[in-house]
Amino acid sequence: MGMRVLVEYEKCCGAGQCVMVAPKVFDQRDDGIVVLLDETPPPEQYKAVQEAVTVCPGAALRLEESA
Amino acid sequence: MSSESSDQVLDYPLRAPSALEPPAEWAQLRQGCPVAHIRLPSGDKAVLLTRYNDVRQVLSDPRFSRNLAQDGAARITTNEGGSVFENPEAASLAGGESHQRWRRLINRAFTVKRIQALQTKIEAMANQLVDAMVKKGPPADLVSEFAFPLPVWVIADLLGIAVDDRDKLAYWSNAMLTMTQFTQEEVNRAQMEFAQYFMGHIAAKRANPGDDLLSELITATDKEDVLTERELLMTGQGILVAGHETTSNMIGKMMSMLLADRSRWEQLLANPSLIRTAVEESLRFDANMGFGLPRFISEDTEVAGQPLPRGTTVVCSMSSANRDESFFEGAGEMKLDRAPNAHITFGAGPHSCLGQALARTELQTTLQVLLKRLPTLELAVKPEELPRREGLLVGGIEKVLVRW
Ligand code: HEM
Ligand code: SF4
Repeated sequence: MGMRVLVEYEKCCGAGQCVMVAPKVFDQRDDGIVVLLDETPPPEQYKAVQEAVTVCPGAALRLEESA
Repeated sequence: MSSESSDQVLDYPLRAPSALEPPAEWAQLRQGCPVAHIRLPSGDKAVLLTRYNDVRQVLSDPRFSRNLAQDGAARITTNEGGSVFENPEAASLAGGESHQRWRRLINRAFTVKRIQALQTKIEAMANQLVDAMVKKGPPADLVSEFAFPLPVWVIADLLGIAVDDRDKLAYWSNAMLTMTQFTQEEVNRAQMEFAQYFMGHIAAKRANPGDDLLSELITATDKEDVLTERELLMTGQGILVAGHETTSNMIGKMMSMLLADRSRWEQLLANPSLIRTAVEESLRFDANMGFGLPRFISEDTEVAGQPLPRGTTVVCSMSSANRDESFFEGAGEMKLDRAPNAHITFGAGPHSCLGQALARTELQTTLQVLLKRLPTLELAVKPEELPRREGLLVGGIEKVLVRW
Protein backbone atom coordinates (compact mmCIF):
# COMPACT_ATOMS: atom_id res chain seq x y z
CA MET A 1 0.00 0.00 0.00
CA GLY A 2 1.49 3.30 -1.06
CA MET A 3 0.33 6.83 -1.47
CA ARG A 4 -0.62 8.56 -4.69
CA VAL A 5 -0.48 12.31 -5.34
CA LEU A 6 -3.43 13.83 -7.19
CA VAL A 7 -3.33 17.23 -8.86
CA GLU A 8 -6.25 19.36 -10.05
CA TYR A 9 -4.34 21.46 -12.54
CA GLU A 10 -7.10 24.00 -13.15
CA LYS A 11 -6.95 24.98 -9.49
CA CYS A 12 -3.17 25.54 -9.43
CA CYS A 13 -2.35 29.24 -9.13
CA GLY A 14 1.34 28.71 -9.72
CA ALA A 15 2.67 30.05 -6.46
CA GLY A 16 5.18 27.23 -6.12
CA GLN A 17 4.68 26.44 -2.45
CA CYS A 18 4.76 22.73 -3.26
CA VAL A 19 8.14 23.11 -4.99
CA MET A 20 9.57 24.88 -1.97
CA VAL A 21 8.32 22.24 0.45
CA ALA A 22 8.80 19.04 -1.58
CA PRO A 23 11.19 19.69 -4.49
CA LYS A 24 11.69 15.96 -5.11
CA VAL A 25 8.02 15.50 -5.89
CA PHE A 26 6.93 18.80 -7.48
CA ASP A 27 8.33 21.12 -10.10
CA GLN A 28 6.85 24.01 -12.10
CA ARG A 29 6.44 24.73 -15.79
CA ASP A 30 7.76 28.03 -17.16
CA ASP A 31 4.44 29.69 -16.40
CA GLY A 32 4.41 28.41 -12.83
CA ILE A 33 1.84 25.61 -13.14
CA VAL A 34 2.77 22.54 -11.12
CA VAL A 35 4.50 19.52 -12.65
CA LEU A 36 4.20 16.25 -10.77
CA LEU A 37 7.63 14.58 -10.78
CA ASP A 38 6.67 11.51 -8.81
CA GLU A 39 3.06 10.38 -8.66
CA THR A 40 3.80 7.66 -6.12
CA PRO A 41 6.58 9.09 -3.95
CA PRO A 42 8.55 6.92 -1.51
CA PRO A 43 7.50 6.92 2.17
CA GLU A 44 10.31 9.26 3.25
CA GLN A 45 8.61 11.94 1.12
CA TYR A 46 5.13 11.57 2.68
CA LYS A 47 5.66 14.20 5.34
CA ALA A 48 6.87 16.82 2.86
CA VAL A 49 4.07 15.97 0.42
CA GLN A 50 1.49 16.17 3.19
CA GLU A 51 2.84 19.59 4.07
CA ALA A 52 2.60 20.68 0.42
CA VAL A 53 -1.01 19.45 0.29
CA THR A 54 -1.88 21.45 3.40
CA VAL A 55 -0.24 24.72 2.38
CA CYS A 56 -1.10 24.76 -1.35
CA PRO A 57 -2.91 28.10 -1.80
CA GLY A 58 -4.99 26.73 -4.66
CA ALA A 59 -6.08 23.59 -2.77
CA ALA A 60 -4.98 21.81 -5.94
CA LEU A 61 -3.20 18.84 -4.33
CA ARG A 62 -4.40 15.65 -2.64
CA LEU A 63 -2.70 12.59 -1.23
CA GLU A 64 -4.59 9.32 -1.50
CA GLU A 65 -3.90 5.76 -0.55
CA SER A 66 -3.27 3.69 -3.61
CA ALA A 67 -3.98 0.01 -3.79
CA MET B 1 -25.94 47.35 0.99
CA SER B 2 -25.33 44.52 3.43
CA SER B 3 -28.12 42.62 5.10
CA GLU B 4 -30.50 44.42 7.44
CA SER B 5 -29.79 43.71 11.05
CA SER B 6 -29.89 45.61 14.26
CA ASP B 7 -26.51 44.13 15.24
CA GLN B 8 -23.92 46.48 16.52
CA VAL B 9 -21.82 48.11 13.77
CA LEU B 10 -18.08 48.27 14.46
CA ASP B 11 -15.87 51.06 13.21
CA TYR B 12 -13.19 49.59 10.98
CA PRO B 13 -10.19 49.26 11.04
CA LEU B 14 -10.16 48.07 14.64
CA ARG B 15 -7.56 49.49 16.98
CA ALA B 16 -4.91 47.13 18.43
CA PRO B 17 -3.24 47.80 21.80
CA SER B 18 0.27 47.88 20.26
CA ALA B 19 2.19 47.18 17.06
CA LEU B 20 2.63 43.47 17.80
CA GLU B 21 -0.65 42.66 19.54
CA PRO B 22 -4.03 41.79 18.00
CA PRO B 23 -7.17 43.87 18.61
CA ALA B 24 -9.18 42.36 21.47
CA GLU B 25 -12.28 42.11 19.27
CA TRP B 26 -10.91 39.36 16.99
CA ALA B 27 -11.26 36.50 19.44
CA GLN B 28 -14.78 37.63 20.39
CA LEU B 29 -15.83 37.98 16.77
CA ARG B 30 -14.47 34.56 15.84
CA GLN B 31 -16.38 33.13 18.78
CA GLY B 32 -19.68 34.90 18.55
CA CYS B 33 -19.97 36.98 15.39
CA PRO B 34 -18.10 35.49 12.42
CA VAL B 35 -19.97 37.73 9.96
CA ALA B 36 -19.75 41.17 11.58
CA HIS B 37 -21.13 44.47 10.38
CA ILE B 38 -18.56 47.23 10.06
CA ARG B 39 -18.39 50.87 9.04
CA LEU B 40 -15.44 51.87 6.83
CA PRO B 41 -13.64 55.22 7.08
CA SER B 42 -15.77 56.45 4.14
CA GLY B 43 -18.91 55.80 6.20
CA ASP B 44 -19.97 52.95 3.88
CA LYS B 45 -20.97 49.65 5.43
CA ALA B 46 -19.33 46.30 4.89
CA VAL B 47 -19.02 42.88 6.48
CA LEU B 48 -15.96 41.54 8.30
CA LEU B 49 -14.89 37.88 8.26
CA THR B 50 -12.54 36.72 11.02
CA ARG B 51 -12.57 32.89 10.94
CA TYR B 52 -10.00 30.87 9.00
CA ASN B 53 -12.42 28.73 7.00
CA ASP B 54 -14.67 31.65 6.07
CA VAL B 55 -11.77 33.87 4.98
CA ARG B 56 -10.30 31.05 2.95
CA GLN B 57 -13.66 30.23 1.34
CA VAL B 58 -14.29 33.78 0.13
CA LEU B 59 -10.71 34.46 -1.02
CA SER B 60 -10.59 31.20 -2.98
CA ASP B 61 -13.88 31.86 -4.75
CA PRO B 62 -13.00 32.88 -8.31
CA ARG B 63 -16.34 34.72 -8.68
CA PHE B 64 -15.36 37.46 -6.27
CA SER B 65 -12.70 40.06 -6.97
CA ARG B 66 -10.99 42.79 -5.05
CA ASN B 67 -12.05 45.36 -7.61
CA LEU B 68 -14.26 47.83 -5.75
CA ALA B 69 -14.66 50.11 -8.77
CA GLN B 70 -18.12 48.62 -9.33
CA ASP B 71 -21.63 49.92 -8.81
CA GLY B 72 -22.80 49.34 -5.29
CA ALA B 73 -19.39 48.46 -3.84
CA ALA B 74 -18.40 50.16 -0.61
CA ARG B 75 -15.74 52.84 -0.78
CA ILE B 76 -12.91 52.48 1.68
CA THR B 77 -12.07 56.16 2.05
CA THR B 78 -13.44 59.38 0.69
CA ASN B 79 -10.03 60.31 -0.74
CA GLU B 80 -10.10 61.93 -4.13
CA GLY B 81 -8.13 59.21 -5.89
CA GLY B 82 -9.59 56.36 -3.87
CA SER B 83 -7.48 53.43 -2.75
CA VAL B 84 -5.59 50.96 -4.91
CA PHE B 85 -8.71 48.80 -4.77
CA GLU B 86 -10.86 51.37 -6.52
CA ASN B 87 -8.61 52.00 -9.50
CA PRO B 88 -10.68 51.16 -12.59
CA GLU B 89 -7.57 50.82 -14.71
CA ALA B 90 -6.27 48.02 -12.56
CA ALA B 91 -9.66 46.36 -12.98
CA SER B 92 -8.75 44.49 -16.15
CA LEU B 93 -6.06 42.79 -14.15
CA ALA B 94 -8.27 42.16 -11.14
CA GLY B 95 -10.42 39.28 -12.30
CA GLY B 96 -11.64 36.94 -14.99
CA GLU B 97 -9.89 35.62 -18.05
CA SER B 98 -7.69 38.64 -18.76
CA HIS B 99 -6.41 38.25 -15.22
CA GLN B 100 -5.58 34.58 -15.80
CA ARG B 101 -3.71 35.41 -19.02
CA TRP B 102 -1.78 38.17 -17.32
CA ARG B 103 -0.96 36.02 -14.33
CA ARG B 104 0.43 33.17 -16.45
CA LEU B 105 2.72 35.61 -18.22
CA ILE B 106 4.04 37.34 -15.12
CA ASN B 107 4.41 34.10 -13.26
CA ARG B 108 7.36 33.24 -15.48
CA ALA B 109 9.47 35.58 -13.40
CA PHE B 110 8.25 34.19 -10.10
CA THR B 111 8.65 30.45 -10.33
CA VAL B 112 10.65 28.92 -7.51
CA LYS B 113 13.47 28.06 -9.92
CA ARG B 114 13.78 31.65 -11.13
CA ILE B 115 13.64 33.01 -7.60
CA GLN B 116 16.25 30.59 -6.32
CA ALA B 117 18.56 31.76 -9.09
CA LEU B 118 18.07 35.27 -7.74
CA GLN B 119 18.94 34.28 -4.18
CA THR B 120 22.70 34.93 -4.41
CA LYS B 121 22.00 38.44 -5.66
CA ILE B 122 19.53 39.09 -2.84
CA GLU B 123 22.13 37.87 -0.35
CA ALA B 124 24.74 40.25 -1.80
CA MET B 125 22.29 43.15 -1.55
CA ALA B 126 21.48 42.27 2.08
CA ASN B 127 25.18 42.09 2.91
CA GLN B 128 25.78 45.45 1.28
CA LEU B 129 23.07 47.01 3.45
CA VAL B 130 24.52 45.45 6.60
CA ASP B 131 28.00 46.72 5.61
CA ALA B 132 26.62 50.26 5.63
CA MET B 133 24.91 49.73 9.01
CA VAL B 134 28.10 48.35 10.54
CA LYS B 135 30.19 51.17 9.14
CA LYS B 136 27.88 53.75 10.68
CA GLY B 137 27.65 51.83 13.95
CA PRO B 138 24.73 51.18 16.31
CA PRO B 139 22.00 52.09 16.92
CA ALA B 140 20.42 51.63 13.51
CA ASP B 141 16.88 51.82 12.19
CA LEU B 142 16.30 48.42 10.66
CA VAL B 143 13.39 49.78 8.64
CA SER B 144 14.98 52.71 6.79
CA GLU B 145 18.46 51.17 6.60
CA PHE B 146 17.55 47.63 5.60
CA ALA B 147 13.88 46.69 5.23
CA PHE B 148 12.89 49.64 3.03
CA PRO B 149 15.66 49.41 0.41
CA LEU B 150 16.08 45.62 0.05
CA PRO B 151 12.76 44.75 -1.67
CA VAL B 152 12.90 47.72 -4.01
CA TRP B 153 16.46 46.82 -5.04
CA VAL B 154 15.21 43.33 -5.82
CA ILE B 155 12.29 44.65 -7.88
CA ALA B 156 14.63 47.02 -9.74
CA ASP B 157 16.77 44.03 -10.64
CA LEU B 158 13.72 42.05 -11.73
CA LEU B 159 12.59 44.87 -14.01
CA GLY B 160 16.09 45.46 -15.39
CA ILE B 161 16.34 48.93 -13.84
CA ALA B 162 19.86 50.31 -13.41
CA VAL B 163 21.40 50.48 -9.92
CA ASP B 164 21.67 54.28 -10.28
CA ASP B 165 17.92 54.60 -10.74
CA ARG B 166 16.72 52.42 -7.89
CA ASP B 167 16.54 55.21 -5.31
CA LYS B 168 14.20 57.12 -7.60
CA LEU B 169 12.12 53.98 -7.86
CA ALA B 170 12.02 53.71 -4.07
CA TYR B 171 10.76 57.28 -3.76
CA TRP B 172 7.98 56.84 -6.34
CA SER B 173 6.89 53.58 -4.83
CA ASN B 174 6.69 55.15 -1.39
CA ALA B 175 4.73 58.14 -2.66
CA MET B 176 2.30 56.04 -4.71
CA LEU B 177 1.36 53.84 -1.77
CA THR B 178 1.88 55.69 1.49
CA MET B 179 -0.82 58.21 0.80
CA THR B 180 -0.87 59.60 4.30
CA GLN B 181 2.67 61.00 4.24
CA PHE B 182 2.34 62.79 0.94
CA THR B 183 -0.01 65.41 -0.45
CA GLN B 184 -2.31 64.40 -3.29
CA GLU B 185 -0.17 66.60 -5.53
CA GLU B 186 3.00 64.73 -4.60
CA VAL B 187 1.24 61.41 -5.18
CA ASN B 188 0.03 62.52 -8.61
CA ARG B 189 3.47 63.82 -9.52
CA ALA B 190 5.12 60.57 -8.43
CA GLN B 191 2.65 58.61 -10.52
CA MET B 192 3.34 60.76 -13.56
CA GLU B 193 7.10 60.69 -13.17
CA PHE B 194 7.07 56.95 -12.71
CA ALA B 195 4.89 56.47 -15.79
CA GLN B 196 7.17 58.69 -17.85
CA TYR B 197 10.29 56.93 -16.65
CA PHE B 198 8.83 53.49 -17.13
CA MET B 199 7.57 54.14 -20.67
CA GLY B 200 11.10 55.26 -21.53
CA HIS B 201 12.47 52.18 -19.86
CA ILE B 202 10.14 49.93 -21.88
CA ALA B 203 11.33 51.60 -25.09
CA ALA B 204 14.97 51.11 -24.08
CA LYS B 205 14.39 47.44 -23.30
CA ARG B 206 12.54 46.95 -26.55
CA ALA B 207 15.59 48.30 -28.43
CA ASN B 208 18.03 46.45 -26.25
CA PRO B 209 16.54 43.48 -24.35
CA GLY B 210 18.28 42.04 -21.29
CA ASP B 211 17.58 38.93 -19.25
CA ASP B 212 15.05 40.60 -16.96
CA LEU B 213 11.29 40.06 -16.60
CA LEU B 214 10.40 43.21 -18.52
CA SER B 215 12.46 42.22 -21.56
CA GLU B 216 10.84 38.82 -21.48
CA LEU B 217 7.36 40.31 -21.35
CA ILE B 218 8.15 42.70 -24.18
CA THR B 219 9.45 39.90 -26.36
CA ALA B 220 6.39 37.79 -25.59
CA THR B 221 4.21 40.81 -26.26
CA ASP B 222 5.79 41.52 -29.61
CA LYS B 223 5.36 37.92 -30.68
CA GLU B 224 1.79 37.27 -29.60
CA ASP B 225 0.54 40.78 -29.02
CA VAL B 226 -0.58 39.89 -25.54
CA LEU B 227 0.21 42.84 -23.30
CA THR B 228 -0.40 46.41 -24.43
CA GLU B 229 2.02 49.20 -23.59
CA ARG B 230 -0.45 50.37 -20.97
CA GLU B 231 -0.64 46.88 -19.47
CA LEU B 232 3.15 46.67 -19.30
CA LEU B 233 3.11 49.92 -17.35
CA MET B 234 0.36 48.69 -15.03
CA THR B 235 2.35 45.51 -14.50
CA GLY B 236 5.52 47.39 -13.55
CA GLN B 237 3.55 49.65 -11.25
CA GLY B 238 1.59 46.70 -9.87
CA ILE B 239 4.72 44.75 -8.98
CA LEU B 240 6.17 47.80 -7.29
CA VAL B 241 3.01 48.53 -5.33
CA ALA B 242 2.39 44.87 -4.43
CA GLY B 243 5.96 43.88 -3.71
CA HIS B 244 7.76 46.79 -2.08
CA GLU B 245 5.94 48.09 0.96
CA THR B 246 4.43 44.70 1.83
CA THR B 247 7.84 43.06 2.01
CA SER B 248 9.54 46.04 3.72
CA ASN B 249 6.85 46.03 6.38
CA MET B 250 7.06 42.30 6.82
CA ILE B 251 10.84 42.40 7.32
CA GLY B 252 10.35 45.07 10.01
CA LYS B 253 7.57 43.12 11.71
CA MET B 254 9.36 39.77 11.52
CA MET B 255 12.51 41.21 13.08
CA SER B 256 10.46 42.97 15.78
CA MET B 257 8.62 39.77 16.70
CA LEU B 258 11.81 37.73 16.82
CA LEU B 259 13.66 40.31 18.93
CA ALA B 260 10.73 41.32 21.17
CA ASP B 261 11.18 37.98 22.92
CA ARG B 262 14.89 37.47 22.44
CA SER B 263 14.70 33.74 23.23
CA ARG B 264 13.26 33.43 19.70
CA TRP B 265 16.36 35.02 18.18
CA GLU B 266 18.55 32.80 20.34
CA GLN B 267 16.66 29.73 19.22
CA LEU B 268 17.48 30.66 15.62
CA LEU B 269 21.13 31.37 16.42
CA ALA B 270 21.39 27.91 17.94
CA ASN B 271 19.52 26.25 15.11
CA PRO B 272 19.55 28.13 11.79
CA SER B 273 17.75 25.24 10.09
CA LEU B 274 14.61 26.72 11.66
CA ILE B 275 14.82 29.74 9.34
CA ARG B 276 12.25 28.44 6.85
CA THR B 277 9.57 27.57 9.39
CA ALA B 278 10.37 30.70 11.45
CA VAL B 279 9.61 32.86 8.40
CA GLU B 280 6.27 31.07 7.91
CA GLU B 281 5.41 31.47 11.58
CA SER B 282 6.27 35.17 11.45
CA LEU B 283 3.94 35.52 8.47
CA ARG B 284 1.19 33.75 10.41
CA PHE B 285 1.73 35.53 13.71
CA ASP B 286 1.80 39.04 12.28
CA ALA B 287 -1.14 40.76 13.97
CA ASN B 288 -0.54 44.03 12.20
CA MET B 289 -1.44 43.31 8.59
CA GLY B 290 -3.52 46.40 8.11
CA PHE B 291 -6.86 46.49 6.42
CA GLY B 292 -7.27 42.93 5.17
CA LEU B 293 -8.53 41.98 1.72
CA PRO B 294 -11.79 43.37 0.37
CA ARG B 295 -14.05 41.34 -1.92
CA PHE B 296 -17.13 42.45 -3.79
CA ILE B 297 -19.84 39.79 -3.60
CA SER B 298 -21.21 39.75 -7.13
CA GLU B 299 -23.63 36.82 -6.67
CA ASP B 300 -25.66 35.71 -3.66
CA THR B 301 -23.67 33.35 -1.49
CA GLU B 302 -23.47 31.93 2.00
CA VAL B 303 -20.71 32.11 4.60
CA ALA B 304 -20.72 30.44 8.01
CA GLY B 305 -24.34 29.48 7.43
CA GLN B 306 -25.39 33.08 6.88
CA PRO B 307 -26.56 34.49 3.57
CA LEU B 308 -24.37 37.15 1.95
CA PRO B 309 -26.50 38.93 -0.60
CA ARG B 310 -25.15 40.13 -3.92
CA GLY B 311 -23.78 43.65 -3.60
CA THR B 312 -22.17 43.11 -0.20
CA THR B 313 -18.62 44.28 0.31
CA VAL B 314 -16.66 41.86 2.47
CA VAL B 315 -13.39 42.49 4.29
CA CYS B 316 -11.36 39.35 5.00
CA SER B 317 -9.06 39.63 8.00
CA MET B 318 -6.17 37.29 7.29
CA SER B 319 -4.48 38.25 10.56
CA SER B 320 -7.49 37.15 12.55
CA ALA B 321 -7.91 34.00 10.46
CA ASN B 322 -4.26 33.18 11.17
CA ARG B 323 -5.04 33.18 14.89
CA ASP B 324 -8.14 31.02 14.66
CA GLU B 325 -7.83 28.50 17.50
CA SER B 326 -10.10 26.05 15.71
CA PHE B 327 -7.60 25.81 12.86
CA PHE B 328 -4.15 26.36 14.43
CA GLU B 329 -3.14 24.51 17.57
CA GLY B 330 -1.86 27.01 20.12
CA ALA B 331 -2.77 29.82 17.71
CA GLY B 332 -1.83 32.51 20.21
CA GLU B 333 1.71 31.26 20.57
CA MET B 334 4.64 31.83 18.22
CA LYS B 335 6.24 28.44 17.51
CA LEU B 336 9.25 28.77 15.24
CA ASP B 337 9.11 25.11 14.19
CA ARG B 338 5.39 25.02 13.31
CA ALA B 339 4.82 22.74 10.28
CA PRO B 340 2.70 22.49 8.32
CA ASN B 341 1.68 26.12 8.53
CA ALA B 342 -1.17 26.93 6.19
CA HIS B 343 -1.38 30.62 7.12
CA ILE B 344 -3.35 32.79 4.76
CA THR B 345 -1.12 35.88 4.76
CA PHE B 346 -0.62 35.65 0.98
CA GLY B 347 -4.31 35.14 0.29
CA ALA B 348 -5.66 32.01 -1.40
CA GLY B 349 -6.90 30.81 -4.75
CA PRO B 350 -6.65 32.46 -8.15
CA HIS B 351 -5.51 35.82 -6.76
CA SER B 352 -3.11 34.60 -4.12
CA CYS B 353 0.18 36.45 -3.99
CA LEU B 354 2.16 35.97 -7.15
CA GLY B 355 5.34 37.14 -5.47
CA GLN B 356 5.18 34.80 -2.50
CA ALA B 357 8.18 32.68 -3.47
CA LEU B 358 10.17 35.89 -3.85
CA ALA B 359 8.86 37.35 -0.58
CA ARG B 360 9.76 34.13 1.24
CA THR B 361 13.25 34.14 -0.26
CA GLU B 362 13.78 37.77 0.78
CA LEU B 363 12.61 37.05 4.31
CA GLN B 364 14.72 33.90 4.62
CA THR B 365 17.78 35.67 3.24
CA THR B 366 17.25 38.55 5.66
CA LEU B 367 17.37 36.11 8.58
CA GLN B 368 20.35 34.21 7.22
CA VAL B 369 22.40 37.37 6.76
CA LEU B 370 21.39 39.12 9.98
CA LEU B 371 21.90 36.00 12.13
CA LYS B 372 25.35 35.55 10.67
CA ARG B 373 26.51 39.16 10.58
CA LEU B 374 24.82 40.61 13.69
CA PRO B 375 24.24 37.74 16.13
CA THR B 376 24.13 40.12 19.10
CA LEU B 377 21.27 42.10 17.58
CA GLU B 378 18.63 43.39 20.01
CA LEU B 379 15.82 45.93 20.09
CA ALA B 380 16.88 49.37 21.36
CA VAL B 381 13.27 50.20 22.36
CA LYS B 382 10.61 48.39 24.37
CA PRO B 383 8.41 46.22 22.11
CA GLU B 384 5.25 48.01 23.24
CA GLU B 385 6.81 51.31 22.19
CA LEU B 386 7.50 50.31 18.58
CA PRO B 387 5.83 53.08 16.56
CA ARG B 388 3.09 51.88 14.23
CA ARG B 389 2.70 53.07 10.67
CA GLU B 390 -0.45 55.03 10.36
CA GLY B 391 -1.14 54.17 6.72
CA LEU B 392 -4.62 52.84 6.20
CA LEU B 393 -4.21 49.78 4.03
CA VAL B 394 -0.99 48.04 4.98
CA GLY B 395 0.05 47.71 8.60
CA GLY B 396 3.63 48.00 9.63
CA ILE B 397 6.14 49.54 12.00
CA GLU B 398 7.55 52.96 11.26
CA LYS B 399 10.93 52.48 12.85
CA VAL B 400 12.70 49.50 14.44
CA LEU B 401 15.68 50.80 16.42
CA VAL B 402 18.27 48.08 17.08
CA ARG B 403 21.77 47.78 18.49
CA TRP B 404 24.37 45.00 18.44
C1 HEM C 1 5.57 39.60 2.71
C2 HEM C 1 5.31 40.22 1.59
C3 HEM C 1 4.00 40.11 0.83
C4 HEM C 1 2.73 39.93 1.29
C5 HEM C 1 2.26 39.80 2.74
C6 HEM C 1 1.87 39.87 0.11
C7 HEM C 1 0.49 39.67 0.16
C8 HEM C 1 -0.32 39.56 -0.94
C9 HEM C 1 -1.74 39.22 -0.89
C10 HEM C 1 -2.53 38.95 0.37
C11 HEM C 1 -2.19 39.20 -2.17
C12 HEM C 1 -3.60 38.83 -2.63
C13 HEM C 1 -4.44 40.00 -3.01
C14 HEM C 1 -5.88 39.59 -3.26
O1 HEM C 1 -6.24 38.41 -3.10
O2 HEM C 1 -6.68 40.46 -3.59
C15 HEM C 1 -1.07 39.53 -3.03
C16 HEM C 1 -1.15 39.63 -4.42
C17 HEM C 1 -0.07 39.94 -5.22
N1 HEM C 1 1.24 40.07 -4.83
FE1 HEM C 1 1.95 39.94 -2.94
N2 HEM C 1 2.62 40.02 -1.01
C18 HEM C 1 3.94 40.16 -0.63
C19 HEM C 1 5.04 40.31 -1.46
C20 HEM C 1 4.97 40.38 -2.83
C21 HEM C 1 6.12 40.53 -3.72
C22 HEM C 1 7.57 40.56 -3.26
C23 HEM C 1 5.64 40.64 -4.99
C24 HEM C 1 6.38 40.83 -6.29
C25 HEM C 1 7.50 41.44 -6.46
C26 HEM C 1 4.19 40.52 -4.92
C27 HEM C 1 3.36 40.56 -6.00
C28 HEM C 1 2.00 40.36 -5.95
C29 HEM C 1 1.13 40.44 -7.12
C30 HEM C 1 1.56 40.75 -8.54
C31 HEM C 1 -0.17 40.16 -6.66
C32 HEM C 1 -1.46 40.12 -7.50
C33 HEM C 1 -1.76 38.71 -7.89
C34 HEM C 1 -3.05 38.58 -8.67
O3 HEM C 1 -3.87 39.49 -8.66
O4 HEM C 1 -3.23 37.53 -9.30
N3 HEM C 1 3.83 40.37 -3.60
N4 HEM C 1 0.06 39.73 -2.27
S1 SF4 D 1 1.44 24.87 -4.24
FE1 SF4 D 1 -0.50 24.39 -5.24
S2 SF4 D 1 -1.01 26.23 -6.36
FE2 SF4 D 1 1.14 26.39 -5.84
S3 SF4 D 1 2.23 25.56 -7.61
FE3 SF4 D 1 1.94 23.90 -6.18
S4 SF4 D 1 0.05 22.97 -6.83
FE4 SF4 D 1 0.10 24.95 -7.80
